Amino acid sequence: MKRIVGALGGLIVFALLWEGYKAVGNPEGTAVLGVKVLPRADDLSMPHLWTVAQRLGKPELTGGRPVWQVVFDACLFTLGVTAVGFVVGTAIGFVLATLMSRFRVVERGLLPYVVLSQTVPLVALAPLVAGWSGALSFGPYPWQDWMTVAVIAAYLAFFPVAVGLLRGLQSPTAAGVELMRSYAAGWWRTYGKLRLPAALPFLFPALRLAGAAAVVGAVVGEISTGTRGGIGRLVIEYSREATSDPAKVYTAMLGAAVLGLVVAGVVSLLELPLMRHRRRVEVNVV
Amino acid sequence: MTAVSIAGVSKVFNAGRPDEVTALSDVDLTVDSGQFVSLIGPSGCGKSTLLRLVADLIDPTSGTVTVAGKPAAQARRDQEYGIAFQQAGLFEWRTVRRNVELPLELRKLPRAARKEKAEEMLALVGLADFAGHYPAQLSGGMQQRVAIARALAVHPPLLLMDEPFGALDEMTRERLQGELLQICAKTGTSTVFVTHSISEAVFLSDKVVVMSARPGRITATIDIDLPGRDEAARQSPAYFEHVTAVRKALRA
Repeated sequence: MKRIVGALGGLIVFALLWEGYKAVGNPEGTAVLGVKVLPRADDLSMPHLWTVAQRLGKPELTGGRPVWQVVFDACLFTLGVTAVGFVVGTAIGFVLATLMSRFRVVERGLLPYVVLSQTVPLVALAPLVAGWSGALSFGPYPWQDWMTVAVIAAYLAFFPVAVGLLRGLQSPTAAGVELMRSYAAGWWRTYGKLRLPAALPFLFPALRLAGAAAVVGAVVGEISTGTRGGIGRLVIEYSREATSDPAKVYTAMLGAAVLGLVVAGVVSLLELPLMRHRRRVEVNVV
Repeated sequence: MTAVSIAGVSKVFNAGRPDEVTALSDVDLTVDSGQFVSLIGPSGCGKSTLLRLVADLIDPTSGTVTVAGKPAAQARRDQEYGIAFQQAGLFEWRTVRRNVELPLELRKLPRAARKEKAEEMLALVGLADFAGHYPAQLSGGMQQRVAIARALAVHPPLLLMDEPFGALDEMTRERLQGELLQICAKTGTSTVFVTHSISEAVFLSDKVVVMSARPGRITATIDIDLPGRDEAARQSPAYFEHVTAVRKALRA
């Protein structure tokens, strides 16, 4: 309940800031010594929020479907791609973290490259992946454009999982590890009974980051590979009309923002059944 | 029957390096079945190292460690002992009952048998009402009792304890000492108990092994013969005589 009130409060504060700035800000923007420090507040750059809301209800093109439907469908498409990227990325992150925690030498050899992988600019990577994937197919199923986008989403999503989970798998104390040794438990059983459960508090924040990264990856991936049907593509398409129909751009951006929130929400739901002890801990010491 | 037999054991850490430490030098020790033996000495005398050698958590540099008539490594694999450390080391994501069940799970006991056994053990340490709690909801003394229940759950013939009451206040400590003795008597468990408290060692033990540091070695073995192990025993002249004897041995 408190969280819902908090979220609504945040929304109201954002709306007040937006409209407040529009009311007092200089329509031409504010420049200090020739450097622009505040954006333009005119209707072209910052349409009224209700204009954006109204635009959602109007047809995309004359006689076409209303904008909200188009944005919604695009969001669903991107959500699907994001989900695939998130699941694949998380799986890869799991495997890497497990390997790195199992073999010291793998950690030493691999971790720098895991970190390095994220410094490669995404826009440089996307056409590369698209180029490779043209030659791929799964038996009779040819490679689809959305798969390229999912690969890019996975490429961003695996990183927080690999690093966060590795940290978590290494978190048990020496006493815990010795206890498992005293039970004559091998590596796998120590992994299942001790390391993995101990890693959960590290895993869930990592998953939330991975969810956000997968959304960014999917949106940017769509844009840089020119994949049709998703919200990233829609942002680009609508921004071409920014001068004539500024509110339309914001409808697409709104869609992307809501998509991010939905993914973040779903990921944090994963945590509920597995972290019961954390919530019960608040109870007083008897 | 001998529970633990240690013969000519030495342990050198970081052998051949500048930071080489001889933790134990030529240690011989025998723990008879059902006996309660305490290891006492200043920090760095190797008493914890000795316990970990018995538990096969580390290997001796030389000498042999025999537990229940087998080499220590085999005894560990056969789970001939239960162990409790200074920190309770409970798994925070498991309830108290599931913590006690952990060693039973690893022995692949069926669920119902595990539950029954764990509840029996929790009753033994007086925590039957806390089976569904999480460790973070318990006080330090209660957590330590859970750790003892966990160590006892598989009915090990040997109990190894590394300063299990070290982090507790005096009152809790004395109560748990009494409970531990009752449990050991009831189950016939042999115990090796590491402590740095003279009074604790004397009150609990049949035999107190006094160690000294650099290099860690056994300097005296004192047999304790008290009329009983109740509150009256803590006030008895025999108790104070033994305390004095151990203190002298530690100073020597």
